[in-house]
Amino acid sequence: MSEPILRITNASKSFAGPEGSSVDALKGVSLELAPGEFTALGGPSGCGKSSILLIAGGLLHPDEGQVEILGTNLYRENAAQRAAIRAKRLGFVFQQFHLVPYLDALDNVLAPSLAQPIPDASQRAMGLLEQFGLSERSGHLPAALSVGEQQRVALARALLAKPKLLLADEPTGNLDPENAEGILESLSSFAKDGGAVLMVTHDERAARRADRSIRMEKGEILQAHS
Amino acid sequence: MNVRRLILLEIMHRKLGFALAVSTIAASVAALVAVAGLLGSHDLQTTGMLDEMNAETLRMEERFTREMKAYEDGVRKTMKGLGFNVFIFPEGQELDEVYAEGFASKTMPESYANTLAQSKIVTVNHLLPSLTRKLKWPERERTVILIGIRGEVPIAHKDPKKPLIDPVPKGRIVLGYELHRSLGLSEGNSTVFMGREFTIEKCHSERGTKDDVTIWMHLGECQDLLGEEGRINAIKALECNCASIDRLGEIRKEIAGILPGTKVIETESKALARAEARNKAKKLSQSAIAAKKAETVKLRADRERLRVEDGQKYNALLSVVIVLSMAWVAFLAFSNSRDRRSEIGILRAMGISTGAILSALVGRAFLVGFTGAGLTLLLAFILSSPLSKPLNGFELQSLTGYVPMILLCVPALSCAASWLPALQAANRDPATILRNE
Repeated sequence: MSEPILRITNASKSFAGPEGSSVDALKGVSLELAPGEFTALGGPSGCGKSSILLIAGGLLHPDEGQVEILGTNLYRENAAQRAAIRAKRLGFVFQQFHLVPYLDALDNVLAPSLAQPIPDASQRAMGLLEQFGLSERSGHLPAALSVGEQQRVALARALLAKPKLLLADEPTGNLDPENAEGILESLSSFAKDGGAVLMVTHDERAARRADRSIRMEKGEILQAHS
Repeated sequence: MNVRRLILLEIMHRKLGFALAVSTIAASVAALVAVAGLLGSHDLQTTGMLDEMNAETLRMEERFTREMKAYEDGVRKTMKGLGFNVFIFPEGQELDEVYAEGFASKTMPESYANTLAQSKIVTVNHLLPSLTRKLKWPERERTVILIGIRGEVPIAHKDPKKPLIDPVPKGRIVLGYELHRSLGLSEGNSTVFMGREFTIEKCHSERGTKDDVTIWMHLGECQDLLGEEGRINAIKALECNCASIDRLGEIRKEIAGILPGTKVIETESKALARAEARNKAKKLSQSAIAAKKAETVKLRADRERLRVEDGQKYNALLSVVIVLSMAWVAFLAFSNSRDRRSEIGILRAMGISTGAILSALVGRAFLVGFTGAGLTLLLAFILSSPLSKPLNGFELQSLTGYVPMILLCVPALSCAASWLPALQAANRDPATILRNE
C-alpha cells in the first residue's frame, strides 16, 4: 500500500469560549488520505469540519496529535517550512473563493507563483483556464465573473502548482447544481489522477460524489462510508 | 506574477486610496518646499538689502571722499587768500612789536628756511621765507610795506606740492590795490623804487588789508635794497592735517627742535577755524559712514535673528505637518491592509511568505511616498518661474540639489509610517482570517 498523502493522528483542538471556558473543536481525530482518494467530510455546523481542514493545511496548530503530509510532520516544521509545504503540496478551495479582487482570472490563477517559481506557469495557467472553460474570461476581474466562474478560477489556482492534496471547504456551497457538478467532477478527476481530496460539505449530493464520506459531530468522527 | 506586478495592479484597482495617500505626502512635501522657498526668499531678500546698504555705504564713502577733496581744495584756496597761518620769527624778537608793527624788526639767516626744509618736519607743508619792512617809497612819497619773497622752499622729505604763492621774478614787483590805483600804475608799467627800475608784474585787486599798500619783490633784490643780504625776518608756514588738539604747541615743539630760539605764532584764527571745520566735517562724514556700516551690521544681525525665528516657526509647523501626514498615511495603510484581509489570508494559505506580503504592503507605501514627493517636486519646478516674483526672485529650481535626498527620505518616511500596519497585516493568522471571512 502506498504512503498516505495526509495522515492526521489524534488531533485535538480547543478554542477559548465565553467567560474563560474552552470549546473543544476536535477531540483526538485521526484520519488518513491515500493517493487517489476523494473524501467528503460532513456534519453539523461547529462540529469541527473546518478546523480539521485548517489543521490539515498547516494553518491551525493542533493542541495535541500530529499531522503528516507525505510523511513530513507538518507542525514540527517552522512557519516558513510549513508555508513551503503548502506552496508545493497543497491546494485550497473555499466556499467564498477568496479571489484577489484586483487580479484578473489569469493573474489569480498565477498567484501561487508568488510563493515559489513554477515552471511554465503562464502556459499552465492558460491551460487550466481552458480546461475549466474560462479561456475567454482570462482577462476579467473576479467582479466580472459569475460565481461558478469564480469558483472554477479558484480551483484552477489551487491546481497550478500541481499539489498532492486538495483541501476544499464547501466548494459547491454557493453554486447552482450545474456549476457544482462541474467542480465536483474536477475534484474527482484530480483524485483519479493520483491526488487526494478532502472536501468539507453539507451537501449530501456532493458527498455522494466522494469515494469516502466521513461524518463528524462534536469534534469527533462518527462514521465513515465508502 | 511577482510582487511588483501585484503592487501596481492593486494601486490601479484602489486608485482613490492611493491618490489620497499620495495627496497627503504631496501636501507634506509641498509644505517642505514652501518652507525652503520662504527661507530661501528671506535669504535672498537679506542679501539684496545688505548689498544695497553696502553699495550705499560705498557710494557715501565715495561721495564723502569727493566732497572732502573739494572741501580741502576750498580750504587750501581760502587759506591761501587768508595768508599763512603760522609765522616763525627770529630769536629775541619781541612779539608785541610784531603785533604792533605787523613784522619783526630782528632778522635771522635765510638759511633757516633751508634748514627747516631739509629737516624731517611733518607738521608743515609749505615754507615761505620773507623779509618785510615798512618804509617810505622815496620816489613816490608813500609809506609802503615792502616784502621780499623768493617763493616756496620745497620740503625735502615730502612730495612736491603745488606752490600756494608764485615767486616774484627779479626786476619785477607786485603792487597792492591802493598803490597801483592811487599811483595810476598797471601791469607791464615800469616804475622806480629806491633808485632801481622795476616792471610791474601784477596788480592785486582790493583786499581791505595791509596788502593793499604792499609791494612784493624778489627776496634777493629786497635784501640788496635794504642792506640785509642773506637775512630774513619771517618764515611763513602753512600747517595742514595736524591731528592733535594742541596743534600750535606741536608745531612749536617741532620747530623749536630744528630752529632753537625762534618764535612761532599763529596769525590767522580763521585758518584754524577752517582747518577745524574741515576736520570736523571729516569726522562727521566718517561717523556717518560708520553709522551706515553699523546700521548694515545691525540689519544683518536682525535679519539673521528673524531667519532663525522664522526657521524655528516653519520647522515646528513642518514637524506637525510631517507627524500628522505620517499618522494619516499610517491610518490609510491600516485601512488598506484591513480591506485586504481576505487576500492576505488566501495568499498566506497558498504558502506565500510573510516577507513577500510585507514587501507588497511596504512597497506600495514606498510608491506612495515616491509618487507624492516626485509629483510635488515636479510641480514646484514647473511653477519655479511664476513663483519667483512673490519669492523675491528665489527660484525653486535651486532646490535641485535636495531632490535625491527628498526622493529617498520621503518614501522612507512613508514606509516607516506604513510599517506597523503592514507588519500586523502580514503576520495576521490566516486560519483566523479564512475561518471568519
